[in-house]
Amino acid sequence: MAGQIITVSSGKGGVGKTTTTANLSMALAMLGKRVICIDADIGLRNLDMMLGLENRIVYDIVNYVEGRCRLRQALVRDKRYPSLFLMPAAQTRDKNAITIEQMNRVAHEAAEIADYVLIDSPAGIEHGFRYAVTPADLVVVVTNPEVAAVRDADRVVGLLEAEGWAPARLLINRLKPDMVRRNEMLDVPTVVDLLAIDLIGVVPEDPSILAAGNRGQPVVLDERSLAGQAFRNVARRLHGEEVPFMSLKSPSFLQRLFNIR
Amino acid sequence: MGHIPVTLKGTPQGILLRVQTESWEVALSSLELSLRDAQSFFRGGRVILELGSRPLPEDDFQRLRQLLERYEMELWVILSEREEVKHLARSYGIRTRLPGAQSPHQRADEVASNALLVRRTLRSGQKLHHPGHVVLLGDVNAGAEVVAGGNIVIWGRVRGVLHAGAFGDDAAVVCALDLMPSQLRIAQYISRAPEQRRRVPQPELARVEHGNIVAVPWKKIRE
Repeated sequence: MAGQIITVSSGKGGVGKTTTTANLSMALAMLGKRVICIDADIGLRNLDMMLGLENRIVYDIVNYVEGRCRLRQALVRDKRYPSLFLMPAAQTRDKNAITIEQMNRVAHEAAEIADYVLIDSPAGIEHGFRYAVTPADLVVVVTNPEVAAVRDADRVVGLLEAEGWAPARLLINRLKPDMVRRNEMLDVPTVVDLLAIDLIGVVPEDPSILAAGNRGQPVVLDERSLAGQAFRNVARRLHGEEVPFMSLKSPSFLQRLFNIR
Repeated sequence: MGHIPVTLKGTPQGILLRVQTESWEVALSSLELSLRDAQSFFRGGRVILELGSRPLPEDDFQRLRQLLERYEMELWVILSEREEVKHLARSYGIRTRLPGAQSPHQRADEVASNALLVRRTLRSGQKLHHPGHVVLLGDVNAGAEVVAGGNIVIWGRVRGVLHAGAFGDDAAVVCALDLMPSQLRIAQYISRAPEQRRRVPQPELARVEHGNIVAVPWKKIRE
């Protein structure tokens, strides 16, 4: 049976698409699944760095669709979890190097040999976005609890609905509980109410994500990280498990005073 | 506001264009302004030009036709009482009578048969353009747009842009369960959302009063 194709998209740039793809891919591999993650951001590839696999790339997706290598040759095996593979983007080309049909073919071929295929969509709603969502069985729409990101997510969900693409699930990234408590940031119910799609996870802001990305060690590998826990929960939900949402309430002043949580 | 040089009105058959000024120059430049404002709305539309007893030299006719073509509109019918104008129109393959010989003199609230009912939420970047009335069961999210020749009724929240009476009918109204559009237009009038936040949503009706767009709670209207 072919694996599930999940595209991570957002419309807006910088909300954490690549971080999400890297972490969910690794978390699914940690659950023992065979995972192939595809970097669809051709010309601006980053997923390899987040996974710490940059220096292992020999061939890339454009080489593969142009027939210069076999699928297995283009896939880079992860150094920690051998059931995780990366299909790298080409850095020296641009989005036009691949057609929608070619991406569709690559994704479905990957799904033949994996349980999960995760596609890291480029930002924007142009050609790169279209080829990334076309093969998807499910689209994880990443947004941040801020007005501009939510507006762009709404645009993406509207396109998915209008074009009859895959169903969308919402992942709210970089939530800062203390800012929400001070009414300085949109809260989760407001974002969910506005976008009116099912929530698959809420990931708190975590400074260790940046450091982890720079080191090529996704934060899901860190047992103590709250963000890592949140991503591991999302992976289990993708796998069909019922996982309760973590409490991300920041302690009030009084609670902190008496150290009650 | 003084005399409006040209008016554009949506009818079920096409866009009715009336020239209400002596000067053809003024008429053309005023028309161009209106078209530029509502470009995407009129694009591809059929124009019914109503002239009455006004003469139309071939030069003037050509300039109008070129202007409309620039905005991808077709001069479809010319209604005139003058034989030489009808002759000119026919020589360019333009009709001189409306099919069915119906009078094009319709006000927006007579376009009722041309209302559109839509059951979905408009998300950012989606737009709904309709020459008649629009009734939407759903929300108009921020970044979405509804433009109607007639009235607009939204059974939901409004955060995007609404334009009622887009052909110039300032008697058009907008109703919504929760009216907080980023911009609200009725005919040529424009208003922005009030800066105030945190209010209890209530059904409201917006209309033009003394040259301003005013939103009135539905409760007050019924009193």
